[in-house]
Amino acid sequence: MATIKAQMPGVFYRRPAPEKPVYVEDGESISAGQTIALIEVMKTFNEVKADTPGTVAEFLVEDGDEVDVGQDIVRLGET
Amino acid sequence: MRRVLVANRGEIAVRIIRAAHAAGLETVAVYSDADEHGRWVQLADTAVHIGKSAAAKSYLNSAALVEAARSTGADAVHPGYGFLSERAGAAKEFADAGLTFVGPAVSTIETMGDKAAAREAARRAGVPVVPGSGPVGDVDEALAAADDVGYPVLLKAAAGGGGRGIRPVASAAELAEALPAAQAEARAAFSDDTVYLERAIDGARHIEVQILADTAGTVVHTFERDCSVQRRRQKLIEEAPAPGLPARTRADINDAAVRLARQVGYLGAGTVEFLLTPSGEFFFIEMNTRIQVEHPISEAITGVDLVSEQLRIAAGEPISFGQDDVGIRGAAVELRINAEDPDNRFQPTPGTLTRLDLPGGPGVRVDTGFVAGDRISPFYDSMIAKVICSGPDRDTALARARQALAELRVEGVPTTVSVHRRLLDEPDVRAGAVHTRWLEELMPETL
Repeated sequence: MATIKAQMPGVFYRRPAPEKPVYVEDGESISAGQTIALIEVMKTFNEVKADTPGTVAEFLVEDGDEVDVGQDIVRLGET
Repeated sequence: MRRVLVANRGEIAVRIIRAAHAAGLETVAVYSDADEHGRWVQLADTAVHIGKSAAAKSYLNSAALVEAARSTGADAVHPGYGFLSERAGAAKEFADAGLTFVGPAVSTIETMGDKAAAREAARRAGVPVVPGSGPVGDVDEALAAADDVGYPVLLKAAAGGGGRGIRPVASAAELAEALPAAQAEARAAFSDDTVYLERAIDGARHIEVQILADTAGTVVHTFERDCSVQRRRQKLIEEAPAPGLPARTRADINDAAVRLARQVGYLGAGTVEFLLTPSGEFFFIEMNTRIQVEHPISEAITGVDLVSEQLRIAAGEPISFGQDDVGIRGAAVELRINAEDPDNRFQPTPGTLTRLDLPGGPGVRVDTGFVAGDRISPFYDSMIAKVICSGPDRDTALARARQALAELRVEGVPTTVSVHRRLLDEPDVRAGAVHTRWLEELMPETL
């Protein structure tokens, strides 16, 4: 199963700001290097980028959840 | 005032609980999911769970805090620093619930939290401000204002603070491009796209004055701190008093802070921040309407317990000393030990503290909210401990700081200890010859 993993531990967010739309919707196709989420670590925000192109099959973490480094956060489907 | 709810976490929650208990007050701690085993939770008389780990769901949730105060019979709220400490709306909610807010009036928080209003207050108090503009709405307005102020300028968000929402701009061409970006950023970060210009000053030191004001209208200062060793406007080392400050400048800058506090009808503990230029001019930057992280160095050189004075003032009592009773005794330095990786651009890194051996001895104070085995959570800031070293003179304080760092052992997370060891041996630090960009020039690879 192809996934996108958290590159650091922190708090996971699907939007750039609370009132903004999500970076990507389920089912959306994404390109390599595209920002798909944020991880907040101790007040610093780090963008999570896709390392390969694909389709977002499913987010495996809820908005606002704590994630660990290496944890799968998105399951990718076929392009 | 009988029972104080401590609306914060970590070392400052511990600090407030200590002061409250010493004053014979009862305490109520609050904690999120992540902080159930926090040291402050154990030290308080009672503790209330206020929500999930994310700060927005707990320490920033004023309704949960009001409810915690109500359910425990607390009659006062101490906000500490960060979180709700400078949010006028929260202060008002506490007041409306009949709680004493340990801090200034709601209107003072509003005024000093608005950069333009704060500058105006300073001007009225006869306190010099950095040459700058009012709000600039479009590029033409910004260009005209920048011509008056003089390049290089800083483009600043009116609602910003703590070093956030600031962009340096070198030229008119850059300004035209930077303005819309700065406005968008300000809107996203602070829900307010008001920006203004300020002259960028090279080689300036960050000098801040600690003041106290009580309900009788007495305003005193406990001298200044020098917080020039900064990385991306985050302070790493703070000193009191400011090294090498001419007596005349010291008197003038401390007096200016007191004048501003009087002008705004200040109440409680506050800090007035200034830039001091290489030529000895100083300009008001902003006022922090709360206790600050680095308050212990002022305590070390004056013998004043600032948090206990905050509680006295909130209870309507007078400040326990007069201006003439307080002088500078020796020198003090504070080192912020953060869970950050200096080899990776100071990336904050959560983890479990597998070891935490703290230094001790004369003139060494450590304020921390952690013990070995605790987790440094990703939800909150990266500070593990503050090491405060003082002595009869600056050389002794710095020597004690070197020894304290040799004794300090933190394992389980990367820390800024190695950077502090290096900085204390830097000739410029020893000579007190630093400014706010000094560290970034010394360690450009970490930016």
